[in-house]
Amino acid sequence: MTKLALISSEFRGPWTLFKKELLRFWRVSFQTVAAPVITALLYLLIFSHVLERHVQVYDGVPYTAFLIPGLIMMSVLQNAFANSSSSLIQSKVMGNLVFVLLTPLTHFQFFMAFLLAAIIRGLVVGLCIYLIAMWFIALPIANPWLIFAFAFFGSALLGTFGIIAGIWADRFDQMAAFQNFIIMPLSFLSGVFYSIHSLPPFWQKVSQLNPFFYMIDGFRYGFFGKGDVSPLISLSIVGTSFLVLAWLTLKMLKSGYKLRA
Amino acid sequence: MKPAIQINGIHKSFGGLHALNGVDLTVEQGEFFALLGPNGAGKSTLINILAGLIKPSTGDISVMGFDVVQQYQQARKLLGVVPQELVFDPFFNVREMLRFQAGYFGCGPENDAWVDEILEGLGLSDKAHTNMRRLSGGMKRRALIAQALAHKPPVIVLDEPTAGVDVELRQMLWEFIKKLNRDGHTIILTTHYLEEAEALCSRVAMMKQGKIVALDSTANLLNKFAGKQLRLILGDVNLPASIQPLLRSQEKGAFTFALHDMVQIEFVLSALREANIKVIDMQLNEADLEDVFLSLVGNQND
Ligand SMILES: Nc1ncnc2c1ncn2[C@@H]1O[C@H](COP(=O)(O)OP(=O)(O)OP(=O)(O)O)[C@@H](O)[C@H]1O
Ligand SMILES: [Mg+2]
Repeated sequence: MTKLALISSEFRGPWTLFKKELLRFWRVSFQTVAAPVITALLYLLIFSHVLERHVQVYDGVPYTAFLIPGLIMMSVLQNAFANSSSSLIQSKVMGNLVFVLLTPLTHFQFFMAFLLAAIIRGLVVGLCIYLIAMWFIALPIANPWLIFAFAFFGSALLGTFGIIAGIWADRFDQMAAFQNFIIMPLSFLSGVFYSIHSLPPFWQKVSQLNPFFYMIDGFRYGFFGKGDVSPLISLSIVGTSFLVLAWLTLKMLKSGYKLRA
Repeated sequence: MKPAIQINGIHKSFGGLHALNGVDLTVEQGEFFALLGPNGAGKSTLINILAGLIKPSTGDISVMGFDVVQQYQQARKLLGVVPQELVFDPFFNVREMLRFQAGYFGCGPENDAWVDEILEGLGLSDKAHTNMRRLSGGMKRRALIAQALAHKPPVIVLDEPTAGVDVELRQMLWEFIKKLNRDGHTIILTTHYLEEAEALCSRVAMMKQGKIVALDSTANLLNKFAGKQLRLILGDVNLPASIQPLLRSQEKGAFTFALHDMVQIEFVLSALREANIKVIDMQLNEADLEDVFLSLVGNQND
């Protein structure tokens, strides 16, 4: 607590909310960090074992190496989404969101606290998978800044999307629908397990409408220095999507949509 | 001095349901104020608008001069609200929750002594490290109250703080709240235990169907609306017409009259004497808030 003394009282409100959101997932890190890491490693084991000899994606890149960045990024995105959405839906269903709604926190501070906690959960999960995957196969790192930028903006985008879902959903089953009908299909059909150049032209076009594709492709580009599209195009698509969703979220929060009757 | 709470022309409808139909009310700083009314009268709706949890359809509310919509940051800092719903965060223990709650309002470590005082005052000291989930219902209610007080707000609003709470805690709670009131905090509460309101509050508003139907000091209300009650056991008789208007209720030979003063006792008794009706037993009761309440809002059918 003593380090808080340095923080002005103005900043202390949002900082407290951020810290509470961090602690909320850290307290149950067995489910929020360990479980998704294990899931990703299982995918890695199974798919690399089955497909290693059959799929050649880029010249000179073994399939397992190709797979790892995609799995990391998929987990980063899913967990950033899970953090903000489940925190909000739980607080709404339990009714304890009122403790935050009663405070002088602004809608922007509220947004930032949930967003940063979601980003950190995404990055922590991603980092854990990366460190463990390093035992299996060494990955090159072509551009660490690209890796970080995609992980950061990708988790920001999904964390924001999670806030929207959390505000919108009134019940757990509605949240599950979000998860099963939007997040899962988009992340599985984004080129985690294959390069979209191996798809028929029609499905290549469809994939290009999927924002997850750009996040995964750009993230992977940071490791191998090559991908399906230019990383700068991907980054600007991801960045723009984030800004649009953030703007929408702030508007929802400001109007009190579903939170203040 | 700005009023603690100023409510001007508040209307609120939920779809077609008019929950509040023009509420005006001023509560001065330092008051101990009760908001009474039957289920569904609109008390919680009014409190939720005050707290910023619900938006008014029209009208405005300010807390110590700060508008709860336009200047919500200042207004909310001055306000501590105990919600009616028994809600809690299952992830944390009591002390953590209180520190978080104070932190949201910008209070830091300097506030820890106050948090300890609240824990002490509400009998939660030995539960400080217990997870919220593991508290009993009454303990959760205490923690809920403690959370509203965590940032030491000058204006405290308690929405049925004693629902489902045992006698001992009620006493402890009221002692603590009375102390806060003596220290200058403004207290506004709702309760369905009218004797609590009568014992504690210097002023009372009674609501019915989204309107305030009575607003006065507790003493005036008692005088104005109920006066005294005379209960007579007369047996199976026909009352003289002259005293019929004073009759409040009747059950099996027991008649209760609502009287404004002592002179009317003599009036009733002499009317009975003239009609040759014998008084079998007699009881004179001071009216309480419950009588006022029943005479004002008791009839739900109009
Ligand atoms: N969010 C809401 N949506 C729709 N109707 C509501 C909502 N909140 C309250 N109401 C309605 O508004 C009316 C007033 O409710 P309110 O909770 O303010 O009553 P109350 O005086 O607090 O009653 P109680 O003593 O039971 O707590 C009720 O008819 C209630 O059904
Ligand atoms: Mg109520």
